[in-house]
Amino acid sequence: MDKKEVITSDILKGRSFKFGDDISTDLIAPGRYFHLRSNLPELAKHVLEDADPEFAGKVSDGDFVVAGRNFGLGSSREHAPTIIKMAGVGAVLAKSFARIFFRNSINIGLPVLICDTDKIDEQDKLEINLGQGIIKNITKGTELRFSPLPDVMIKLLNDGGLVEHITKNKGFNL
Amino acid sequence: MGKTIVEKIISAHAGRDVKPNDITVVDVDVVMAQDGTGPLAVSQLKKMGFDKVKNPEKSIFFIDHASPSPRKELSNSHTVLREYANNAGMVLSEVGEGVCHQILVESFVSPGDIVIGADSHTCTSGALGAFATGMGSTDIAVGFALAKTWLMVPPTIKVNFNNSLAKGVYAKDLIINLIGRITAEGATYKALEFSGSFSKMMSIEDRFTISNMAVEAGAKAGIFDSDKVTKAYLESIGKGSFYKEISADEDAVYEEIIEIDCSSLEPMISKPHTVDNVSPVSKMDKVKVNQVLIGTCTNGRFSDLKVAADILKGKKVAKGVRLLVVPASKQVYLKALESGIIKTLIESGAVVESPGCGPCVGVHQGALADNEVCLSTQNRNFKGRMGNPESFIYLSSPATAAYSAVKGYIADVREIL
Repeated sequence: MDKKEVITSDILKGRSFKFGDDISTDLIAPGRYFHLRSNLPELAKHVLEDADPEFAGKVSDGDFVVAGRNFGLGSSREHAPTIIKMAGVGAVLAKSFARIFFRNSINIGLPVLICDTDKIDEQDKLEINLGQGIIKNITKGTELRFSPLPDVMIKLLNDGGLVEHITKNKGFNL
Repeated sequence: MGKTIVEKIISAHAGRDVKPNDITVVDVDVVMAQDGTGPLAVSQLKKMGFDKVKNPEKSIFFIDHASPSPRKELSNSHTVLREYANNAGMVLSEVGEGVCHQILVESFVSPGDIVIGADSHTCTSGALGAFATGMGSTDIAVGFALAKTWLMVPPTIKVNFNNSLAKGVYAKDLIINLIGRITAEGATYKALEFSGSFSKMMSIEDRFTISNMAVEAGAKAGIFDSDKVTKAYLESIGKGSFYKEISADEDAVYEEIIEIDCSSLEPMISKPHTVDNVSPVSKMDKVKVNQVLIGTCTNGRFSDLKVAADILKGKKVAKGVRLLVVPASKQVYLKALESGIIKTLIESGAVVESPGCGPCVGVHQGALADNEVCLSTQNRNFKGRMGNPESFIYLSSPATAAYSAVKGYIADVREIL
């Protein structure tokens, strides 16, 4: 798996792709592609297909998924955040996240940010300062704040994910 | 200050007193993954350099989601699990044994345990008074390797089920009603503790149904006290010595207490495409169904199949309806066979499939055609869940499902009771 290290001092830049409320893991990584879970690059071509069939073809490196409430509800399939990351997405912004999706994202090094996404429109250019908790909407000339991540999660993100954290510390060091 | 059940269990496994929102590393008793999530856990274990697991007798791979395998890619994933389990001395639950959550409560989980699983419905084991929660493959890989995980201690919402359910209304209707009331994110990051006079009267299988769907309200866990019902169940499966009484302190602090008058409830439906889009059956138009599924980790147990068979006895499934029945485990299947239930179901027109997740995951054994409607006893009705985003899934109790299969449309089972 291609894993770019995420450091919370990074500035992320990209465009917004908007989605609605209740984007389930079935919409992100459909069950009919179950057999592609052993071939993640191929599965990534279908990312979010049942929410927006064109998304995988439109998204570029660094772009953002911007959604409503309860993003990632449903199954525990970690393949969902993994293929969002593999598609090049820099971070997922939502009004709220389902618990397992949120935790999985941090474990694999995909930033997930809780903010008022009504203030962001489709294709807005955004600059996100992860450390400072600020989202600059370049298109609108506005600024948004996101809720800070728990310290444990910042530690995991800075280590590059849970596997790297455990390998580096020979166990938990939270 | 008193503790809720979840606070007690996490404190015992953390080796210190914890309170809500604390973050702590805990020892875990049971760790599992299934064939959809296990292969990724294996690759993470290998990446961390682990070819052995900490506690092999309580580390389990279940082959239940695509079981028996419908295609070679999935067969190869099964091989990955078989080889790793074999080398590490782990438990492997093979094709036909049944759904992970059912086997866990039949063979592995005791009151007071912490159970983590790479499957969101791991919360099912909460019915036995265990703290059981779903996580992703990477967390579970670490759980296998170290028999530890990190947790944020969830605040608890207490749900008091008061008074008894009316005839034709079941545990499934109760949990659908609750999710409709608090929404699909009403308990996100929280634990649900089920209590009240009716929860004491509920059978263990009804409790499994309720705990199973806690995650559909976003909850991290859905837990019951252990009591004489739990004890009798453990004794019935030869595990009486594992019984431990566990309940909340009188002065435990809850984030919220929800009171539900069970006697006022009706048969319920979750309509497409979210579980919290609920309606009483009595307020619905006659929705024509193409397929009816009775089974899954929510409602594929003996009492579920029996309720369905009692309704279907001497009747025929309506023309144009496919009725699929999937026992949740081999034990359930055998018991249903011996009692004649399977014969009754087949005579009514049902197709009985091998124990496992069946068509619920959208991989095989009953994918829907475009514009088709399925009424299912499963826990989830998201768009595309059963393999086709152009189809529609409604959720109900086994009784409503069986009666609707006879009528050909979603119907109120109280008409014949």
